[in-house]
Amino acid sequence: MALITVKDLSLGYEHRTIAEGISFTVNAGDYLCIVGENGSGKTTLMNTLLGLRAPIAGQIITGDGLKRNEIGYLPQQTVVQKDFPASVYEIVLSGCQGRCGFRPFYTKSEKLLAHQNMERMGIEDLAHRCYRELSGGQQQRVLLARALCATRKVLLLDEPVSGLDPVVTEQLYKLIKELNEEGITIIMITHDINAALRYSSQILRIGGDAA
Amino acid sequence: MIDKLMMSLQFPFVRYALIVGVLIALCSSLLGVTLVLKRFSFIGDGLSHVAFGAMSIAEVLELTNNMLIVLPTTILCAILLLRSGKNAKIKGDAAVAMISVGALAFGYLLMNIFSTSSNLTGDVCSTLFGSTSILTLTQAEVWICAILSVVVVVIYILFYNKIFAVTFDEDFAKATGIQADLYNLMIAVVIAVIIVLAMNLVGSLLISALVIFPALSTMRIFRSFRSVTICSAILSVFCALSGLVVSIAAGTPVGSTIVAADVLMFFICQIIGAVKGGIRV
Ligand SMILES: Nc1ncnc2c1ncn2[C@@H]1O[C@H](COP(=O)(O)OP(=O)(O)OP(=O)(O)O)[C@@H](O)[C@H]1O
Ligand SMILES: [Mg+2]
Repeated sequence: MALITVKDLSLGYEHRTIAEGISFTVNAGDYLCIVGENGSGKTTLMNTLLGLRAPIAGQIITGDGLKRNEIGYLPQQTVVQKDFPASVYEIVLSGCQGRCGFRPFYTKSEKLLAHQNMERMGIEDLAHRCYRELSGGQQQRVLLARALCATRKVLLLDEPVSGLDPVVTEQLYKLIKELNEEGITIIMITHDINAALRYSSQILRIGGDAA
Repeated sequence: MIDKLMMSLQFPFVRYALIVGVLIALCSSLLGVTLVLKRFSFIGDGLSHVAFGAMSIAEVLELTNNMLIVLPTTILCAILLLRSGKNAKIKGDAAVAMISVGALAFGYLLMNIFSTSSNLTGDVCSTLFGSTSILTLTQAEVWICAILSVVVVVIYILFYNKIFAVTFDEDFAKATGIQADLYNLMIAVVIAVIIVLAMNLVGSLLISALVIFPALSTMRIFRSFRSVTICSAILSVFCALSGLVVSIAAGTPVGSTIVAADVLMFFICQIIGAVKGGIRV
């Protein structure tokens, strides 16, 4: 049984269909890259996979007992209000929330995980800084660390390298590959065709005539 | 002045007022942070008008305990408003305006037609501005306020991390399996409870001030969710206490004195924030 099976999916907003006839399967341990030009519906596809919006037609079937709280997610854009007071550590730790269920507080191991993931993304020294005062690339790394905290089986990334400098970009691709080799399933939207060809096991093209 | 204060403290109703005032100030500031950040502050305003409408109905029916009507009605409206706020087709703030102004007009109308009181304007005024109502609390009302406040604080502490997750990024929360809708509902219910409580302290027109000023003040100075939450609670309690003390000593209306203290604090925090450029805690 595949982890995620998408059958004849149509995407869109209200009555406007953006893409239709999308079918693919993702097995445990896959590394899927989704490519396509701007506005072709990649982000919409990811939001639909995550259950944030309903598909217009078609089905998304999850298998292997995949639960929602085993998924990590990096949004393309996070609209955080300008004046939101939140420290980096608080945000990264909130990635562990899915593991908590109804348990009110974080455990020691969850706090440790948050620290490890901040270290991985090289933002340990920013831990007590305010999120909204960071640069775009630093913010991206904070959200990545949060996504890593939430990941147990699947990691969905919407253009993870946008705004990152070349060194960190390279590190990030290596890190994602390592996670993949540890058995985490990766679904990544990217405009970096070279990286897609180099690292992924499958490529899905959205839009154009090959949809 | 100190003498006068000491003398007042011997009266049980003054002690009740202080206890209830502190508890309500604590509760209202806790969710203020979430309310402000989620851009829900207008809901607080709308709900307070609904609570006024419900209060007039209770008054007309001459119930012994107004809470029985006011609390459920306000909770119901909180849930409805939250629903409509999410629905893009009906503008959230338009719905709030409709409900709140409607409730206000309806409440006043009811009071006018059915009230047997000789001092109608006084009644309405004290429901709107809370004038002296906090000094006229019965022991039963003090207990209800105390119990509800403790419940609110306990819920807030238990769900603090979830409230943060849902407030900071609702989409991420939903995508990673947090029941955001459930927690939003809970936030709405708790807000309704706080508003009904706060009505005793400052009256329905001034509730929003009690809820949002401490949050706005501390957000100028502090940079993490936890420090903002803790400090706005402290600030709110401090303002409520000093407001109460001043109003007892100087004979000013309770509600407006407390809110004046909150406003003053807001400007002080603005200045501190501007000077320091923010303390990093
Ligand atoms: N909230 C929305 N309401 C209506 N239409 C939308 C909404 N969000 C996106 N769209 C439309 O849906 C289409 C696909 O958008 P989407 O964000 O999925 O593109 P994308 O492939 O992720 O593009 P990019 O490479 O720029 O990230 C676009 O034409 C866009 O205008
Ligand atoms: Mg996109």
